[in-house]
Amino acid sequence: MSAGMLPVLAVMLPALGMVVSLPLGARGAERLTLALAPLGLAVAVAIAVVVYGDSAPIRHDLGHWAPPLGLAFRVDGLSAAMMVTAAVVIGATAFFARGQFGTAQGTAETRRAFAFWPLLLAIWGATNLTLAANDLFTFYVALELLTFAAMPMVALDGKRETLEAALRYLMFALLGSVLYLLGVALMYGAAGTLDVVVLASRVGGSYPVLLAAALMTAGLLAKTALLPLHLWLPPAHAGAPAAASAVLSALVVKGSFVILLRLWFGVLPGIPGPMAAQILAGLGAAAILLGSVAALAQERLKLLVAYSTVAQIGYLFLMFPLIASMPGTETAAKAWTGGVVQAVAHAFAKAAMFLAVGLMAARLGHDRIRDIAGAGRALPVPMITFGLAGLTLMGVPPSGGFAAKWLLLAAAIEAGQWWWALVILCGGLLTGGYVYRVVSVGLRTGEAPQPARGAEGQGIALVLAIVSVLLGFLPLGAFGLVQIGRLDLGP
Amino acid sequence: MIADLLIVAAIVALALPVVLGRSAFTSVALFVAYGLLLAFAWVRLDAVDVALTEAAIGAGLSGVLLLGAARRLAGGPPVEDAPPGKAQVALIGVGCAGLAVALGAAILALPDPAPSLAGPVMANIAALEVGNPVTAVLMGFRGLDTLLEAAVLVLAVVALWALAPDAAWGGAPGWRQPRAADGPLALLARVLPPIGVVVAVHILWVGADAPGGKFQAAAILTAMWLLPWMAGIAAPPPISRAWLRILVAAGPVAFILAGFAGSALQGAFLAYPQGYAKAVIIAVEVVLTASIAVALALLVLGPPAEDRDA
Repeated sequence: MSAGMLPVLAVMLPALGMVVSLPLGARGAERLTLALAPLGLAVAVAIAVVVYGDSAPIRHDLGHWAPPLGLAFRVDGLSAAMMVTAAVVIGATAFFARGQFGTAQGTAETRRAFAFWPLLLAIWGATNLTLAANDLFTFYVALELLTFAAMPMVALDGKRETLEAALRYLMFALLGSVLYLLGVALMYGAAGTLDVVVLASRVGGSYPVLLAAALMTAGLLAKTALLPLHLWLPPAHAGAPAAASAVLSALVVKGSFVILLRLWFGVLPGIPGPMAAQILAGLGAAAILLGSVAALAQERLKLLVAYSTVAQIGYLFLMFPLIASMPGTETAAKAWTGGVVQAVAHAFAKAAMFLAVGLMAARLGHDRIRDIAGAGRALPVPMITFGLAGLTLMGVPPSGGFAAKWLLLAAAIEAGQWWWALVILCGGLLTGGYVYRVVSVGLRTGEAPQPARGAEGQGIALVLAIVSVLLGFLPLGAFGLVQIGRLDLGP
Repeated sequence: MIADLLIVAAIVALALPVVLGRSAFTSVALFVAYGLLLAFAWVRLDAVDVALTEAAIGAGLSGVLLLGAARRLAGGPPVEDAPPGKAQVALIGVGCAGLAVALGAAILALPDPAPSLAGPVMANIAALEVGNPVTAVLMGFRGLDTLLEAAVLVLAVVALWALAPDAAWGGAPGWRQPRAADGPLALLARVLPPIGVVVAVHILWVGADAPGGKFQAAAILTAMWLLPWMAGIAAPPPISRAWLRILVAAGPVAFILAGFAGSALQGAFLAYPQGYAKAVIIAVEVVLTASIAVALALLVLGPPAEDRDA
């Protein structure tokens, strides 16, 4: 088997699983997902090993038709790192979700269990598609898969407020799809191809291309929930069941972000100009500061974690002006690695945090922050999980979040754009504030009615949090993986 | 030229009341007419495949879906949200007008003649053994996109069913329609389906070499299934039926397996064996048509409902 088959498997195994989930029914789909989880992780790790070993992206021309006529998969270091992340987060979530969405032998299928497993597989397949695809229209298909899998995840509980949140999410996501598709059509009209690598050699800064890029960027920002297009995220991510929130915050918003990276640094390296990149990072900085302040002000634990996602997404956009203003330099490489490690570390930390918060809310029967006193005694493991994940979000050494934020900070200073460094520091302090607020109340002695017994799945959440911290222990050379095949350095 | 200008003027004239209309029902009715006019425009642009799809899916099936939504909204409680203020409406209007002007300017600035892949498609179409370039692109050169879009349809069915009330789970989808004893609907529901099925098979078969294909054929099949339901003659099967679920999944499964067969035999996903390309493409398309037709029908029927009386 050639290495080119690996990306095909990464996309098609979850896709096939999603489709056959329908006839298999809830119990069959659950067992299939649990079987696919280790298999998919093995494929992702194999991809990372091949990319790292060859120091080159994996390419596969589908049907032997090379672009621009056909479609090709292209898996570079960024894709490989994110695929491993997705496989771990999906697998962990799947095993965690057995408690809530499992179907015991001989029991009838329920609506929630029927829907959850194919939706989870669809999010996995779609995420891998955003990472493997190299064509602007295939990206659109991936975005549609992501949206139509994520939206019902939000509404799984079937309550009025979650339906409202899902509908609002759908409106934002569809607006994003329309804007993105408009841009794709213009791009084809301007260049006669949609392949990212071929486009890079054909488009210049002509007016239709710039308008297309602006439309696509706006659409992708709505799906990534960058402030001010974040309004849909807090109610959606806070209203979903814990397992769903974990994949929504960890992976779904990253799918559209990766496509944005392909657009800015693959299709149009250097074309949008430093000013546009400054605006993007300005929105990111606003998201960091306002999102963190909003998280500090929340009364409900799940909403606090959701607003924390709004803030952490902001960090992803700080890399844009740092790369745009110093293309091809060591500084740009640092900013790139910092941004990607931020996406990876946040995925692990936020999945862990949502699972931990879900366990607390289930045990306490509520998620009001001022009433969680005693949770530290009743639920020590979820509390530790929350704290560890919080370390990564703050950027405290030696966590993965520290590595990401340190690289971004260093790049900002090297690029002479000290204001981003200031934002990173303020964001870290504010994050420390809202994490401390939860932990300090939780560790107080309180009524803690239940005896301290383990909650089902708490070990899984803890492992994810530990991974998010351990990322910071990786030798710097390992981060070299995400540099392989960087599109802004040429195909 | 004058005919084209008339079509364009009519499209704009119909689009405005769709947006400005006060009643959902009127807007939907005008939207269907608008879709049919768009189909005309596609015919004038020599894009017959797109015209067929626009008429069948854009105007037809979407129209039915929207009519159902309008009917449900009319029966529900009044909307609680305050209507947008004048300033907000003005802002949206200015934004949309600005975008329209920017898009218009961009389209005028596009290179002429337009860069296109039509040449390479025609140069390589022989390898896929089909005569219709649209089919060659959808099943060959960009087969992956079509495969994944078929999977999106399965996902849409899952997503729709996920919105069902828990108590109704496993039941039959959609509302129970009153039986139309006589009148045009009862007659059409009995007479049209056999004819429609033959037309659909024809459209699917000629799709390999002439305009037509699976999506258009599936839309017709869907309509032929929905007609007897609307007339109250036939009831849809419960969503727990195994055959129904297998039918929805069969098309994408067949497509993915054909893709993996290409990997195993030809060394690339979705590579068709030489000499058998057309056979494989048609076999996949036949299964896909059945799956798409059932999925589209299920999407129109809606999730299983507790109170199934309209």
